[in-house]
Amino acid sequence: MASSRLVAPELATIDIKGTTREAFLIRATLAAGATYGALSATPYITKALAQDGGGDVDILNFALTLEYLEAEFYTRAVAQVKGLSGDEMKLAKELRDNEDEHVDALAATVKKLGGTPAKKPSLDFGAAFANRTSFLKTANTLEDAGVSAYNGAGPLIKSVDVLAAAGSIVQIEARHAALIRLIRSKPPAPLAFDKPATMDAILAKIKPFIG
Amino acid sequence: MTDSALRELADDPSSRKRFFKMMGGAGAVSAFGVLLAACGDDDKKDTASTPAAADDDAKQKDDGAKGDIAILNYALTLEFLEAEFYAKVIDSGIVKDKKVAAIATKFGETEQEHVDALKATIKKLGGKPVSAPKTKFEETIDKGLMTVLETAADVENLGAAAYLGAAGRIKNKDVLAAALSIHSVEARHAAALNQLLGRGFGGKGGLKGTLPDGAFAKGMDEASVLAAVKPFLA
Repeated sequence: MASSRLVAPELATIDIKGTTREAFLIRATLAAGATYGALSATPYITKALAQDGGGDVDILNFALTLEYLEAEFYTRAVAQVKGLSGDEMKLAKELRDNEDEHVDALAATVKKLGGTPAKKPSLDFGAAFANRTSFLKTANTLEDAGVSAYNGAGPLIKSVDVLAAAGSIVQIEARHAALIRLIRSKPPAPLAFDKPATMDAILAKIKPFIG
Repeated sequence: MTDSALRELADDPSSRKRFFKMMGGAGAVSAFGVLLAACGDDDKKDTASTPAAADDDAKQKDDGAKGDIAILNYALTLEFLEAEFYAKVIDSGIVKDKKVAAIATKFGETEQEHVDALKATIKKLGGKPVSAPKTKFEETIDKGLMTVLETAADVENLGAAAYLGAAGRIKNKDVLAAALSIHSVEARHAAALNQLLGRGFGGKGGLKGTLPDGAFAKGMDEASVLAAVKPFLA
C-alpha cells in the first residue's frame, strides 16, 4: 500500500490522541452529519477510511513535524552559533521566521481540514551549533531533506488547495537550500532534477534530531 | 510511435556521460527513474498497434493526458527559452568572472536536461513536443552583465512561478512528480541569482508578481507567464 510505505506509523498516531484513527474519523463524520444531515455521513466515512490513513492531514502533519524541526533549529542557531558574519546571522533569522510561518500555516491547515496538528517533537541537534561549519552543514542537510520530502509527498496530496500550499512552501525550502549551499561554496542546484524522498527515508534522516 | 527519445538519451554514450558528470551517478538514475515512471503507463500500448489499442490510447488522452501534454509543452517552451538564453550568454563571452561563468554554464546545462526530459516525456505520452521558439536575447546581452544577470534571475523566478502555477492542473501523478522535481531546481537557480544580484533570498525588488514575498511563493498562471516572456520572443 502506498500509504503504509509513505506514512510513518509514529506520525499517523500523532493527531489522534487516546483514540484510533477510525474512531476519530467517525467522530468527525458524525459532526459533519449533524451539520449536513445524517445521510451525507455514510459515504464520507467509507471514503475516508478507504484512504487507509494516508490522507492529506497525515501528509500535512508530516510536513509540520519537519517545519517544527527547521524552525527550532534556526531559533537555537541564532542564539548559540558563534562566528557567523552579519549577513549569515541575518539570513539565519530570516530563515527562522520563514519556518515559523510555515509551522503556523500548516497547523492552521490541519485544523481547517478537521485534523489535530502534530505536537512539536522534543529535539536534540547534538553538536550542530558548535561552530559555523557544523551549523551550515546541518542546515544544508535539513533544507535539502525538506525539498525532497515535499517533492515526494506532493503527488500523494489529494486536495488541489493543499497541493498549492505545499508547493508554495517547497519553493521557499529550495531557495533556502540554494543559499545555504552558496555560503558553503557548494553548487546551489547540484541536480537537474531534485530527488523526491519517501516519508520513511526522511524520517530516517531526521531521526538523530528527535530526542 | 516514437517513444525512444528518453531511451536514446539513456543509451547515447556522450549525452549519458554529460548527464552523469553533471548530476552524479545516483542523481542521474533517480531523475531517469522519475521520468521513466512518468512514461511507464504507455509501454504496453506502444507494442500493440491494433485498432483497439488505438482506441484505448484515445480514451487515455481524453482522460487528462491531453491536458498534461499541453502543460508539458508549455513547460518545454520555457525551458527552451532558458537553455537558449544561457547558451547565448556563454557564447557571447560577456561573463568574465569564473565563478559566475561556472554557475551560468551549469544552469544552462541543467535547463537543457529539462528540455530533453520534457520532450521525451511528451513523446511517451503520445504527444508532439513543440519546437524551440525563436528568441531575441541579443539586445539583452548587449546591455551588459548586470542586465544579463537580472534577466537570468527574472526568467528563473518566472520559471519557478510557472511550475507552481501549473502543478495543480496536472492529472498524471508521475508527471506531477517530474514537474515538482524541476520546480524546486528552478527555485534554487532563482535564489542563487537573486543572491548574486543582492536582491535578498526571496528576490525582493525584482520582476513583479513572480517573486516570493516572504515565507510563501506565489504561482503564476500561464497567460501571465507567456506575456512576461514575450519580449524575448522574436
